[in-house]
Amino acid sequence: MGRRLLLEHDAVPGIETFDVYRKNGGYRSVEKALKTMSPQEVVEQVQLAGLRGRGGAGFPTGMKWSFLAKPEGVPRYLLCNADESEPGTFKDRYLMEKLPHLLIEGMITSSYALGCNLSFIYIRGEYMWILEILEKAIAEAYAKGFLGKNILGSGFDLDLRVAPGGGAYICGEETALIESLEGKRGNPRIKPPFPAVKGLWGCPTVVNNVESLAAVVPIVNDGGEEYAKIGIGKSTGTKLISACGNLARPGVYEIEMGMTVEEFIYGDDWCRGIANGKKLKAFVPGGSSVPILPHYLVTKTAAGDDRIMSYEGLSEGGFASGSMLGSGGFIVFDEDQCIVRNTWNFARFYAHESCGQCSPCREGTAWMEKVLHRLENGQGYMHDIDLLAEINKKIEGNTICPLGDAAAWPVAAAIRHFRDEFEWHVNQPIESQKRNFGLASVPTLV
Amino acid sequence: MVKVTIDDKTIEVEPGTTILSAARQIGGEVVPPAMCFYSKLPGTGGKCRTCLVEVSQGSEKDPRPMPKLVASCSTPVMDGMVVKNTTSEKVKVGRGAVVEFLLINHPLDCPVCDQAGECHLQDLGFENGGEGTRYEEEKRTFDPVDIGNKIKLHMNRCILCYRCVAVANQLTDKRVHGVLGRGEHAEISTYIEKAIDNDFSGNMIDVCPVGALTDKTFRFKSRVWFLKPMEASCECSKCSGKTVVWMFGNEIMRVTARKDQYGEVEDQDGKTGWICNDCRFEKKDISQWNIIGPRKINRHSVISQGNYASPRQTIKKLN
Amino acid sequence: MSSQIHIPISERHSEKPVFSPEKMAEVQRVISEYPEGKSKSAVIRILHFAEDEFGGWLSIETMDYVAEILNIEPIEVYEVATFYTMFNVEPIGKYVFEVCRTGPCMLVGSDNIIEYIENKLDVKVGETTKDKMFTLKTAECLGACGYGPMLQCGKKYHEHLTKEKVDTLIDAYRAGNTNIEI
Repeated sequence: MGRRLLLEHDAVPGIETFDVYRKNGGYRSVEKALKTMSPQEVVEQVQLAGLRGRGGAGFPTGMKWSFLAKPEGVPRYLLCNADESEPGTFKDRYLMEKLPHLLIEGMITSSYALGCNLSFIYIRGEYMWILEILEKAIAEAYAKGFLGKNILGSGFDLDLRVAPGGGAYICGEETALIESLEGKRGNPRIKPPFPAVKGLWGCPTVVNNVESLAAVVPIVNDGGEEYAKIGIGKSTGTKLISACGNLARPGVYEIEMGMTVEEFIYGDDWCRGIANGKKLKAFVPGGSSVPILPHYLVTKTAAGDDRIMSYEGLSEGGFASGSMLGSGGFIVFDEDQCIVRNTWNFARFYAHESCGQCSPCREGTAWMEKVLHRLENGQGYMHDIDLLAEINKKIEGNTICPLGDAAAWPVAAAIRHFRDEFEWHVNQPIESQKRNFGLASVPTLV
Repeated sequence: MVKVTIDDKTIEVEPGTTILSAARQIGGEVVPPAMCFYSKLPGTGGKCRTCLVEVSQGSEKDPRPMPKLVASCSTPVMDGMVVKNTTSEKVKVGRGAVVEFLLINHPLDCPVCDQAGECHLQDLGFENGGEGTRYEEEKRTFDPVDIGNKIKLHMNRCILCYRCVAVANQLTDKRVHGVLGRGEHAEISTYIEKAIDNDFSGNMIDVCPVGALTDKTFRFKSRVWFLKPMEASCECSKCSGKTVVWMFGNEIMRVTARKDQYGEVEDQDGKTGWICNDCRFEKKDISQWNIIGPRKINRHSVISQGNYASPRQTIKKLN
Repeated sequence: MSSQIHIPISERHSEKPVFSPEKMAEVQRVISEYPEGKSKSAVIRILHFAEDEFGGWLSIETMDYVAEILNIEPIEVYEVATFYTMFNVEPIGKYVFEVCRTGPCMLVGSDNIIEYIENKLDVKVGETTKDKMFTLKTAECLGACGYGPMLQCGKKYHEHLTKEKVDTLIDAYRAGNTNIEI
């Protein structure tokens, strides 16, 4: 096992309470920041740490913070994006459920760095019981003087609230999240203006993922440079990976970036291989929206090197033979899984979750879902496969928000790597309903 | 002032101007089509994606091109920006894609649609669309409903531009319709049977780019190309009273606001010339109007393509 | 499909729904969490409260009542309620089983669980049992991918489902034991 910065104490009984959390070194970063550092110094440490957004896009957090406009007399807001809904991703839930105070601590320190006096955690509505855990923890933090007026005598005030969503994947997009927090439909906004200039209620706003905000705690405690020593290249620090699908031991793991995919899937400390002794067929390393890779590109890159778990390592080879780290939703498929069925399932997800605001996404995602549904049920034609490839090229890049791209990529990748399986569905419409394609595709490495 | 070049034509505009309005200041072929943006209704735009353009140089300072096509209606120009509209192959493909998406669920019932002939979707399809359809699935359908006793909503034809929602928000004191549902199932509706009852609600018909919102007092009365548009005015306490009356012989078939070449309501006396429901729906007698003279309308529309007066131009366009 | 909702009059609330004083206090607390003039932000939370309080679904009367509390137009509430999938705008059963059907859960057998519940309760997805006890729905990813197959009922997640566990669960809910852990 590598170093654990976030989940170090997740197994300590009662860690969800203030006292136990505090005994285990909790809230040190708040003390350190508020008493010994200026807000700008905290921002600098986060920049030094090279922390990249853990929600999926991987944008440097420190840079995002530095974009925040600071006009006089206008409030600024920090919003925590806890609308975790990317299929395959359940790391934020684990973190909030086990260590609610870690998120609260990260939010206090980050709010101080950004000069926010009112911050919100926007949590998906289905996590209502976690909302209750968070509200309880927040009440404790208020009682202990870590929230409210004049925190630790520093003169810094902060109010922290939790707001639930109502069931919409799109609210994980930062401007949709802001709309939803304003009590509206979760339609992403047209950018520019960006939230850093005009966000919640027209004020400058930063939106960060749960894990990113939690990572601010070890960064402030140990210093950005120490944090940056962990990991590899531009992928610094640790990352929570939520492993699921046909794995022997699925769950949430904290990894040091740079370990190999092979170790992660097969290692005894990690996922312990494929469930029921089956063979690996494919994997999706970063949540449903990133490209799927066939088994021969999982542990090795196209160049024959070990594939490593990092932003760069997983995208090695570009979309031709690589994927993305994304949100860390690590989905593994065994040999009995049907790629066409799974692609249809994901397409249905995106069609269901499209907000319906812009035409390429509204019409395109639903169209792909219908074509894939036919293919999966043995009613497709050969030209449907090319049509799908065409539709997703037409959605990609033409939409208001990244949901269009997220819907297009998995379909494109499935056709790229598993075209023979799609063709088999067309050529063997009856057979394809009775059994799966298995590993029939023979790897041909170029 | 900032300098922007669109399809090799350069113009200086105020800082903060969008690419689309800069293009409109140049005029002509360089103007991207817009289905959801409506300059008289702040906050509209960005949704339909028909006005996508390529930015091949971000600005003088940062000449990098923008990675994706951008919505020209909501992207402000930067000094030294270079934009490609008709000269970009990427834009052509992207716009073609948007047209295809807008049409897959559209009923294509132009032969019975009152909007035919002045429909922006027809124009868009004619200019940027492909032949035939690749959509083999069932189209989504809705029943037509009355929203108010003078306005018919054909949700089948709607492209969800949100303009009518903006009208209700900005011109009326109380919005009773909106966009319900999500994704493919999003629809314009009042949710429960409710009349939209407001002096200015009729302007929703004028801003609707397609035949989704139509004037019930004109429904199925005539094709628009058989009518003679005449500029007219009347004394009205609610609006400017400056309208266009559409006549068949001496009979007024319908009344609309005066619209410019982009289909937007023109300014009258320094403000947008929205007209009230009395002028639009009630005054159908010629004696109630002071007829000023023939209204010149922009013959950009599909109806004029069959106009034998200039066959050469038609052929040029078709090529 | 129709543009307007048609709910039988019998299913409507005959009286205007009113929050209990305790719930109303909670509603007011939530509203006060937002800066002045921004009370509309509380709409989603209050709709959740309203569902809990008024039979698990949002009637027109309920939504109008929420609009009145927040001092916004009813259409603004309808727009929100129909956008978010957690809100039911039609009557539902006493307990709603929402089975996750998205990729990771499908890989570990959610399809079989859905079929099993359909047969067991004799309903199709989206339907309510005749005794109005259970409604079966499917949901998109509920963030329990490593613990699938799973279903959500109320605020509770029931994970690592098997057919036997589903049996236990249904029996327990029938008997009114909603605190069951499986």
